[in-house]
Amino acid sequence: MQMTDLPDRKGHFGPYGGIFVAETLMYALDELRDNYERLRQDPAFVAEFEYELKHYVGRPSPVYFAKRLTEQCGGAQIWLKREDLNHTGAHKINNTMGQALVARHMGKKRIIAETGAGQHGVASATVAARFGMECVVYMGSEDIHRQAQNVYRMKLLGASVVPVESGSKTLKDALNEAMRDWVTNVEGTFYIIGTVAGPHPYPMMVRDFNSVVGRELLTQMPEAIGRHPDAILACVGGGSNAMGAFYPFIPHKDVRLIGVEAGGLGLQSGKHAATLCAGRPGVLHGNRTYLMQDENGQIMETHSISAGLDYPGVGPEHAWLKDTGRAEYVAVTDDEALEAFHAMCRVEGIIPALESSHAVAQAMKMARTMPKDKVLLVNLSGRGDKDMNTVARYSGLTL
Amino acid sequence: MPRDVPALSRIPGVFDKLKAAGRKALIPFITAGDPDKASTVPIMHALVTAGADIIELGVPFSDPMADGPTIQRSSERALKHGTSLKDCLAFVREFRARDEVTPVVLMGYANPIEAMGYDAFAAAAALAGVDGVLVVDYPPEESVELTGKLRAAGIDSIFLLSPTSLDQRMEEVAHLASGYVYYVSLKGVTGAAHLDLTEVARKIPLIRSHVKLPIGVGFGIRDGATARAVASISDAVVIGSRLVQEIEASPPGQAAANVGALVAEIRRAMDAQA
Repeated sequence: MQMTDLPDRKGHFGPYGGIFVAETLMYALDELRDNYERLRQDPAFVAEFEYELKHYVGRPSPVYFAKRLTEQCGGAQIWLKREDLNHTGAHKINNTMGQALVARHMGKKRIIAETGAGQHGVASATVAARFGMECVVYMGSEDIHRQAQNVYRMKLLGASVVPVESGSKTLKDALNEAMRDWVTNVEGTFYIIGTVAGPHPYPMMVRDFNSVVGRELLTQMPEAIGRHPDAILACVGGGSNAMGAFYPFIPHKDVRLIGVEAGGLGLQSGKHAATLCAGRPGVLHGNRTYLMQDENGQIMETHSISAGLDYPGVGPEHAWLKDTGRAEYVAVTDDEALEAFHAMCRVEGIIPALESSHAVAQAMKMARTMPKDKVLLVNLSGRGDKDMNTVARYSGLTL
Repeated sequence: MPRDVPALSRIPGVFDKLKAAGRKALIPFITAGDPDKASTVPIMHALVTAGADIIELGVPFSDPMADGPTIQRSSERALKHGTSLKDCLAFVREFRARDEVTPVVLMGYANPIEAMGYDAFAAAAALAGVDGVLVVDYPPEESVELTGKLRAAGIDSIFLLSPTSLDQRMEEVAHLASGYVYYVSLKGVTGAAHLDLTEVARKIPLIRSHVKLPIGVGFGIRDGATARAVASISDAVVIGSRLVQEIEASPPGQAAANVGALVAEIRRAMDAQA
């Protein structure tokens, strides 16, 4: 079996993935898998998705040569895939659009979603408004305080935002709560998971919808430079933007695939979210994958300056890409990401999301040590408007 | 076709005896380490004194996806005291010092078992005197390996069935399950309010046509009346959130007495209908 043929029918990527949920959810997942298996082969569905991506999301997103950033680093060329230019400002809408269309085909009228930083919540609320569906977004009460602006955006778009008070009051608890809602309201409700994690078919489905990023790169980079880049870099929390960029390149073995995790205060500090760099395999949120966990198998609270990377698990396909050596995973600290954030603002006039800044930081680090004819492509997964308060706070300012 | 399941643990004997006496099993659930580690074994003994036939001992987990707020809070209390899977096994061992007959089923989530390792867990559970294991987020297709190791250690694997389980899933469960199966009587998480008895009564014969094991019914059972009604159509009544609520509301040192009194009341109601 080719690596691009994964997962298998039961959702496995090697030993990872699968379906680890209570019996109450099995019917809903079987129903979703059967419908999605059918729709992904259906040319009419694919055409519908592509139409929305073009006319509503604004695809294709351009590739851009970051000339001044490259000159500042003095080595390999840094190119950017501009997912920040999508409608709603990030790659997240590729997936929510795809899942909303699946929901419509399944006759589901109510959308639920979990969100950490609020980007996936906004992208879900957006497509729900676009198609006239009810939308309920679960969000940890800690995150609601940290991301007040995105909460208001979701409300403007007509979604209800439900604060989650349990556990650490962050993304993983919001995911637990959304699962509970789904178990209870399984008939009429469609759960839009925001990353390439969760039970099968979610890791596959979210990857497929985000793979438009990598497919565009397959033609865009040869058009721009006459060949593929030497490496593709993308930040990894759950890993949806990275998976979308990596997946079409898995067979192109000459292209290095580099996932950049949130190193927080440093891997030694224990305060980070670098699951693949420092975690161990286990089972959480419906799939087997690498997890941040203690010696008793309890899930640990993670830390990152970027709420979108602050998650103790990671998509199972990344776990498999790591074990097989097809992709490499590294960690970048809060400080390094902030430095890249400021560099991008000043020399390129692009305010990147703090998540994406992790990938930029790694590219800057690598570019300095590489010759000028090498090309690094960074998936700039989102824009940083949402991060103004966080960055200001780290700089000692209050807005 | 239903098949006969050989006896592994203390569980089949309990059901045989109850059947001979024309009674139904009462299976209370508590979370280990709630409200604190010292209370768990005394509560287990109190449950038996009050008329419990089998005890489901919840292994606390940081992310109890299939549980409602009541049981989630009990997990949080237990984890605050650092209650681990190892502690849960130690509680069973301590319980066995005074009670050699009442089956104990560990109920929890996959990751603590994954962290300990299947072999180590099966061996330690057998040594401690565990009779059954129910892992909420291991559906049959993902639990063939663990089930085999538990069976070799003489431990039953308990599986869930739900209102949305189709015939084929019942077959898959029948293939791996032993001890009893646990029918989750409604869509939702633990602690939910509504219970549709007519629907449960309709589903149970369907389960029996696939699974030749006793059927316990849980989710939504809150008092003697609902327990009695459920007992009349099943083999066992599982009651969890209501007991955990009682433990939560009890003043320090009173949990065992209060939860014992509640279970005794439910036991009386169940036996009165026989």
